[in-house]
Amino acid sequence: MSEPAGPLDYDRRLWLRAWLAATFVFLYAPIVILIAFSFNDSRRNIVWRGFTLDYYARAWNDTSLIEAFTNSIVIALLATAISTTIGALLALALWRFRFPGKAAVEGALALPIVIPEICMGVALMAFFSRIGWPTGLPWPLNLGAIVAGHVAFCFPFVAIVVRARMAGFDRALEEASKDLGAGEWQTLRYITLPYMRPGLVAGALLAMTLSLDDFVITFFTSGPDTLTFPVKVYSMVRFGATPTVNAASTVLILVTVLLTVIAVRLQRPERTIVEGPRA
Amino acid sequence: MSPAPILELREVSKRFGGIAAVDRVSLEIRRNEFFALLGPSGCGKTTLLRLLAGFERPSSGTILIDGQDLAGVPPNRRPVNMVFQSYAVFPHMSVEQNVAYGLRVDGLPRAETRRRVADALAMVRLGGFERRRPEQLSGGQRQRVALARALIKRPKMLLLDEPLSALDRKLREEMQLELVRLRREVGITFLIVTHDQEEALSMADRIAVMFDGRILQMAAPMELYEQPGCRRVADFIGTMNLFHGRVLATMDERLRIEVEGLGEIALPGDGRASGEVQLAIRPEKVRLSRQPPRDGLIAAHGTIDQIAYFGDSSHVYVRTDGGLRITCNRANQSRVEETPLTVGEPCWVSWRPADCILLTE
Repeated sequence: MSEPAGPLDYDRRLWLRAWLAATFVFLYAPIVILIAFSFNDSRRNIVWRGFTLDYYARAWNDTSLIEAFTNSIVIALLATAISTTIGALLALALWRFRFPGKAAVEGALALPIVIPEICMGVALMAFFSRIGWPTGLPWPLNLGAIVAGHVAFCFPFVAIVVRARMAGFDRALEEASKDLGAGEWQTLRYITLPYMRPGLVAGALLAMTLSLDDFVITFFTSGPDTLTFPVKVYSMVRFGATPTVNAASTVLILVTVLLTVIAVRLQRPERTIVEGPRA
Repeated sequence: MSPAPILELREVSKRFGGIAAVDRVSLEIRRNEFFALLGPSGCGKTTLLRLLAGFERPSSGTILIDGQDLAGVPPNRRPVNMVFQSYAVFPHMSVEQNVAYGLRVDGLPRAETRRRVADALAMVRLGGFERRRPEQLSGGQRQRVALARALIKRPKMLLLDEPLSALDRKLREEMQLELVRLRREVGITFLIVTHDQEEALSMADRIAVMFDGRILQMAAPMELYEQPGCRRVADFIGTMNLFHGRVLATMDERLRIEVEGLGEIALPGDGRASGEVQLAIRPEKVRLSRQPPRDGLIAAHGTIDQIAYFGDSSHVYVRTDGGLRITCNRANQSRVEETPLTVGEPCWVSWRPADCILLTE
């Protein structure tokens, strides 16, 4: 005789397990299909015709696809680095100081998040043309406008994530550090930053993902001859989705998963303990 | 001539907006003293401590430590260290790293740091805990880490902000003894801020009682308890029976006072008091009896209103025929009493005139 399932024995309820399975199918089936058909030996994404790595080779040899891919990675790295820095500094300022108009700044912070992307794109395009942002620069300077646009919508996400992390920070820790003889910079480096780190990593990951797959804002801010991966994929799919697109997308998924794994490993508590001055 | 004080405050004030959290406080703390700042929450004692540590700047006044004016000296350059109320043990560092922090930011050689960390941990009896992380420690152990971390810097003064308030009763008593022992061992002046009078009375050499940003009285524990300078101090420290009275006459070194509910009584007095006064008597100095007390005592007849049992002693609340409510502290000296006190029972309360305290404020 088995005991009746307790209120928290979720795994012993059949309908719950079925629901869980359905959720996973809903979430991951499209991605699994995308990856599977990148190995399909057919020009069309409909019927399985056998395994091939042909389309990976084709994607590799497609210079404009590779260029778009490289552009996207470079943009994402730059935008992530800049927006993480700005976002963290903003979060720190909001956490630490009281100043007139603080509530307004915090409200304005969420604005780039709620403004429809299309409006943001148009606004950025108008802005860049109004100030006469130079076009036709050599690579990688030609990515400047896109990086600036990405930073503009990424850093609020970082700021909000870091701000949330800092809400749980005991101010006495900073005071204790100074009381023990540390200056402002030492305190920031040895006490504040280690505490902030999970927020920084999460915010950076968020910024990276947002930047990598952004289409709308990139479309409006890129010059006539600057291609990014999402824009390139869009133009390829217009002439029919080919397994080349699948192959390139699979590589991108791999890159993001890899980055996430690294980020999660960086946040392991065992690693944070070895921090500290000359430990 | 007493030796130069380790800490001197001259007319120190701190205002937030228009409100003075610390109001023209002047005090001197002697070298190697265990000094307590005692007061209810919000009286400004923590602000005063933060002024010393350098986290707040005084609105006016001078703070001197060992003769050095601390104006404009940032917290990290001050020869004082603090034990925070929340302990503020760095959560991402081991016990060893926490304790070593203050020496490492000073750039001390590694070998010396290691030796001093070992000494400091041994001193607070945390030897063997070097590799532990803060979340693996109990509240008492975390406090020891905070103590070791502050003491390792060999400050001229150790500031302790409500250090025992987060501990349970047993541990608190243990830590009280521990702090007194530590102070003797390291020979550093301790300044403790607390709202717990027992803590202050049992540990401190001298106590300053703070109310509304001002120091009302500064004295040794016994003097503070037996000779409070004003009604608020008398009421705050321990329990006190207070009666309103009026001085009728002074004669032959005795004061004749009309006290509400007690009638006319005579007290030994120097004749300075006049007009409206408060008569105060500690509950443990009030005697409770079934028979009328002997002559020469101040006495009142009444009935037992309520009994609060604490184990070692009981508070007996007596309602006198004159309408007063008097608290009497009675030690429970025998395990079984032949005729225990009962509520509603008639009784006498009495005390010696010399045990009365006359308060004019």
